[in-house]
Amino acid sequence: MKYSTEFRDPRVAAGFLHIIRSLSERLEKSISLMEVCGTHTMAIYRHGIRPLLPDPVRLTSGPGCPVCVTPVEFVDKAVALARLPEVIVTTFGDMMRVPGSSSSLLREKACGADVRIVYSPLDAVAIAEKNPRNQIVFLGVGFETTAPTVAASILDAAKREVNNFFVLCAHKTMPQAMSALTSDPDLKIDGYLCPAHVSTIIGADAYLPLATARNIPCVITGFEPVDILQGIAMLVGQIVAGEARVENQYSRFVRPAGNPQALKILDQVFGPCDARWRGLGVIPGSGLIIREKFSRFDIEKRLDIKTEVPHEPPGCRCGEILMGKITPLDCPLFGTACTPEEPVGACMVSSEGVCSAAYKYGETSRS
Amino acid sequence: MKSDIVLLGHGSGGKLSHQLLDEIIIPTLSGISQKNQNDAAVLPFSGDRLAFTTDSYVVDPIFFPGGNIGDLAINGTVNDLVMSGARPLAISVGLILEEGLPMADLRLIVESMHKAALQANVSIVTGDTKVVSRGAADKIFINTSGIGVFEHSLRIEGSLAAPGDKIIINGTIGDHGIAILASREGLELGVDILSDSAPLNGLVLDAIEKFGDKIHALRDPTRGGVATTLKEIALQSGVDIDLEETALPVREAVDGACSILGLDPLYVANEGKVLLVVDQGVAEDIVHLLRQHPQGREAAIIGEVRNPEKTTGRVALRTSIGGRRIVDMLSGEQLPRIC
Repeated sequence: MKYSTEFRDPRVAAGFLHIIRSLSERLEKSISLMEVCGTHTMAIYRHGIRPLLPDPVRLTSGPGCPVCVTPVEFVDKAVALARLPEVIVTTFGDMMRVPGSSSSLLREKACGADVRIVYSPLDAVAIAEKNPRNQIVFLGVGFETTAPTVAASILDAAKREVNNFFVLCAHKTMPQAMSALTSDPDLKIDGYLCPAHVSTIIGADAYLPLATARNIPCVITGFEPVDILQGIAMLVGQIVAGEARVENQYSRFVRPAGNPQALKILDQVFGPCDARWRGLGVIPGSGLIIREKFSRFDIEKRLDIKTEVPHEPPGCRCGEILMGKITPLDCPLFGTACTPEEPVGACMVSSEGVCSAAYKYGETSRS
Repeated sequence: MKSDIVLLGHGSGGKLSHQLLDEIIIPTLSGISQKNQNDAAVLPFSGDRLAFTTDSYVVDPIFFPGGNIGDLAINGTVNDLVMSGARPLAISVGLILEEGLPMADLRLIVESMHKAALQANVSIVTGDTKVVSRGAADKIFINTSGIGVFEHSLRIEGSLAAPGDKIIINGTIGDHGIAILASREGLELGVDILSDSAPLNGLVLDAIEKFGDKIHALRDPTRGGVATTLKEIALQSGVDIDLEETALPVREAVDGACSILGLDPLYVANEGKVLLVVDQGVAEDIVHLLRQHPQGREAAIIGEVRNPEKTTGRVALRTSIGGRRIVDMLSGEQLPRIC
């Protein structure tokens, strides 16, 4: 089976759209389905899915972009580290352009700081080995999909005694954030399209407490267009039937218990902590912290990183965007003061950001 | 322009590049309007016309699957001349060499340039060579300039796309950019992706000879990809463009690589491709002609030009599942040092 063609087949897509339409006729009111995965955000825009859905079914985007939910002070710390002459900052590409309180990594690099884009944290360990006189700091941003690879790189560095490799850790975990959103009185989430990649690690069963305790239908969905349409159809089906279960549309990759090996590595290196999410505030137990045994790889234990008082750019409404309370078009800066070339907030920078997707894929004008 | 320093994005071929050109470089040096910016300058000369173009090559790595910086430079300049409908006549070569560049590498590159010029039937007639100390350049930078002559009086320009025209591409998109990226980052994609760098004079001049004024615009989708190039044409011509996702020729391996890397093939650089905007009546015939050429075997109609709806210059894509989305110009830096 060729995933890229079968899961983009227009006839199958039309079939699921038909199901969604006929189910939605039985809805008593409009429903709001939230996706919390940057790849879903992008895929929905990229394949032009929203305009195909019937009116009562609305898709909103939640805090699924790990770069976007990283607080400004993290960027400020990264910038401060980049300015230290012996430090090489290594990062995934997206973090480069995120504006901090007064600078960005891209700007620091253009001014001479050693900042390098890597595709894997293991590359950062290799850079550390090749540059024994420098301190190599990897920016640990990402959810449960990324964190195991960072954990593996810490284990790798430990094994090979690479003592100049460090992580600035801002990893976060999804289920607690999803739960926090459902208790917000201003948001009415009728169902969750659960993240595809994260679920391959944490497993479908990770959403059971959310579905049962909060009475919210949850469908784990892949990110090809047919996956997304099937996932939406399954959610609407549950809502019409008054159910709140966990269903797994992405069963070709997601198992109930997830990936035990990855979870084991994760647990070995990281423990849970409270974490600040941009826009959502502090969510208990939603972050990851490097365990004591590996704390020598935690740059914050090694250096006292001095930063300015962090401040959000004036007028920036990324926080409300990330909670799904407003859409990009509702933000007065969108497309005017805040564009991909000159972004004000992280939502416009990240390749998985809602505003970046909206801008890139067409919703630039209010006309 | 907000930035007070030059950023890598200013060289990407996308919006930031346009900002740099439109705000500093063009107003100061030539004052030419956006509408009249094409791949080569067409100059009146002795009652006839000359095409003149220049390009600099800073691609990294200098040797990549499917070519090297040398033949890339020759093919690139040949193609820029051909996009205005000119026959390439002569090329100049400026080399900036970093101290320490292995002589063997230089020999290979120069030999490739010679071979590429022979293949494109163009002469390399003048040049210059400089050497800078280690660290002041990265291995080798090349500038090529070219002149071309016209064997017809047709005007083929980015501002001449008309509603009803069809848009054709001569083959698969994204090959060059992905080949460079895979090579640079040492990505094992399981299958060889080669740069599509090739001279297009044979293919394009043949089409012009047979279809003349039915060909309205030609452009090679290099940095910024097909999306950026079509957006430029749409803006210059004051039209809208509709693309059909299922009609875009993309190699499976390139599509897969783009998926893994989070890239969109529509924005990835090409070096052996031409977008032809042609009269709808002859579109199928042109595709048939292109398919007779080695660089046109997978030629296809990928879209059409429409009357503008609200504001002009809107490029939209009908997605594989029947959805619709807007295709904008590349904004920042997708892949640095791609050509």
